[in-house]
Amino acid sequence: MPATAPAGVGQLRGEEPFPAAARRSLADPQLRRNLRHATTTIRGKSAAVIAEAPDWEQLRAAGAAVKADTIARLPELLEQLEAKVTEAGGVVHWAADAVEANRIVTDLVRAAGTDRIIKVKSMATQEIGLNEALDSAGITPVETDLAELIVQLGGDRPSHILVPAIHRNRAEIRDIFLRAMPGVDPSLTDDPAALAAAARHYLRKTFLSTPVAVSGANFAVAETGTLAVVESEGNGRMCLTLPETLITIMGVEKVVPTWRDLEVFLQLLPRASTGERMNPYTSMWTGVTPGDGPQAFHLVLLDNGRSAVLADEVGRQALWCIRCSACLNVCPVYERTGGHAYGSVYPGPIGAVLSPQLTGVAENTSLPYASTLCGACYDACPVKIDIPELLVHLRAEVVESRRRPTAESIAMAAAAHTMDRVGWYEAAQRAARLSRLAGRRGRGLPPPLNGWTVSRDLPDAPAETFRDWWARR
Amino acid sequence: MRIALFVTCLADTMFPQAAKATVLLLERLGHEVVFPDGQTCCGQMHINTGYQPEAVPLVRRHARIFDAYDVIVAPSGSCVGTVRQQHAMVARRAGDERLASLAESVAARTYELSELLVDVLGVTDVGAYYPHRVTYHPTCHSLRVLRVGDRPLRLLREVRGLGLVELPAAEQCCGFGGTFALKNADTSTAMLADKMHHVLSTGADVCTASDSSCLMHIGGGLSRLRTGVRAVHLAEILASTEQPGTAGAQSRSAVTR
Repeated sequence: MPATAPAGVGQLRGEEPFPAAARRSLADPQLRRNLRHATTTIRGKSAAVIAEAPDWEQLRAAGAAVKADTIARLPELLEQLEAKVTEAGGVVHWAADAVEANRIVTDLVRAAGTDRIIKVKSMATQEIGLNEALDSAGITPVETDLAELIVQLGGDRPSHILVPAIHRNRAEIRDIFLRAMPGVDPSLTDDPAALAAAARHYLRKTFLSTPVAVSGANFAVAETGTLAVVESEGNGRMCLTLPETLITIMGVEKVVPTWRDLEVFLQLLPRASTGERMNPYTSMWTGVTPGDGPQAFHLVLLDNGRSAVLADEVGRQALWCIRCSACLNVCPVYERTGGHAYGSVYPGPIGAVLSPQLTGVAENTSLPYASTLCGACYDACPVKIDIPELLVHLRAEVVESRRRPTAESIAMAAAAHTMDRVGWYEAAQRAARLSRLAGRRGRGLPPPLNGWTVSRDLPDAPAETFRDWWARR
Repeated sequence: MRIALFVTCLADTMFPQAAKATVLLLERLGHEVVFPDGQTCCGQMHINTGYQPEAVPLVRRHARIFDAYDVIVAPSGSCVGTVRQQHAMVARRAGDERLASLAESVAARTYELSELLVDVLGVTDVGAYYPHRVTYHPTCHSLRVLRVGDRPLRLLREVRGLGLVELPAAEQCCGFGGTFALKNADTSTAMLADKMHHVLSTGADVCTASDSSCLMHIGGGLSRLRTGVRAVHLAEILASTEQPGTAGAQSRSAVTR
């Protein structure tokens, strides 16, 4: 069995189980308002532009087919990618896990002779905790995506794949800027244009004075060794073109076989993600070009548990994910708890299936249960990842990963035993009626059954079951 | 037509009025309903909580008992969803290919009530009378696993006396989710609060759905808040007529705290 992502580095595990972390978020009315407003807005935008695409279902099917094919022959495609990147003047590094990836990047930045880098928004670098690793090596990483910058300056954690600062409103953002942004005008208001201008002013100086950039990648085309980043703000393009050295960290699943495959994903991703027909900036680069753009290019191919996911025939479809966040925006659980409750940089439904697989389910046992299996995520997914199926699959793995019986496993085994014997089943029905006569009526149930009566009444067991009525007819 | 009733353990034990209404409705439409002996539970709770090996005997029992029938109906979208989408999967995971094919065959003959009425029996006007203001919650498994679409609404629109009012954010989950309601009681409660807010905003006096489990959740919340709004299974509404003593009129609304 391939190794899972190591503990103690990066951000794939929470400090507490989902229900406990969720309880704290649920108690914050401002957070709930911010989340509801943001997810409702983005859902509406996305639904409108998806409705304009008459071939949306065919596009989804094509996206799923390309991903299934890619994941099925991942080693071959990665070797092709490596050969093409090298041919074009880039250097490819293979990182087995977060520790190795952080070390590779730190060494590269040191070799470039700088103590500050600029960053393009990247989930892979969040996953491995690159900023923390660089900080402890005396290197300052500066996030250039506006929302990531808000999170970084706020000493906060991202809570959404696409909109990391979704949990913040503009008054909170103004306070963060005033407190933490170097050189900010003290008379800054919370007008969105003024906030954007302040960030722009600060970032421009940074872009022009920093020689190394670190990016992620949305796609890597195996046939030519081309990397692609799609974004909305243009900060990414600045990072990808201005510095002398560019380091890209990419989860191995981001490779696609050919340029033609991009045609599918460049339609699917923006509509599902930001609710745009086309993302404003699509940047692509192949190795290095003398006299134009970065003169040194390094590609770090990150495993960090992905081989373990690949080894699971059912679970591997989580690797199809293109990080659009559509599943977060439609998930009724995410809408109420927010991203921090998931404890991982991958929140929401995809996080509930991806994080436990990357870490091994035994280290993330509460996440596969952080869903009602309502299925909204599956319908929203532009590459048709069957998230409910994966959740059920992972729940079985969680149960099987336990060494000792629990109160739940004993109750479940007893219930199954009873349900498989009609006489016992009918006796249990009679017992349910007796509890009614005894006046217990759902109160005083042992945990976790008492969770029901937090907010809901329990109906009385009726005097006559259906099968009694049927027998009497 | 001879139709086998898969009552579901929840309807059998806690909501017999929904199952009785299913029988009375189908008989009123001229069909013969049989209740196969030995049936208990489809194993949904086990499967969805991660206890797939424990569910195998339940899958085998269900498939063996219902294999004798050409048409099977259940008043529950989620239990039909389990039979249709999960039984073969559970059998295959346990390495029992023969059981998987049997389960697939039974699943192909199993219908949720609105599917049976509209697709198999070809009726939308079932001759019901129900003089109430009603809002319909399309439960997640009926909506997204079975894809019942507007079949329940087409049936409700033909009910005389019934005022159908649209439920805002209808397609959002009510927060039940089986053991989710216990394991994540706080999140479940937050989702329920929003669902109840939408139900109350319609001014309806009845919220209906095709799943006793979701209705138990929504009804339990409405009862706790003493709203007076009742949760009533779709089968009970469709079984109601102007005759006194029909199933819907008997609907039990008393819920204790």
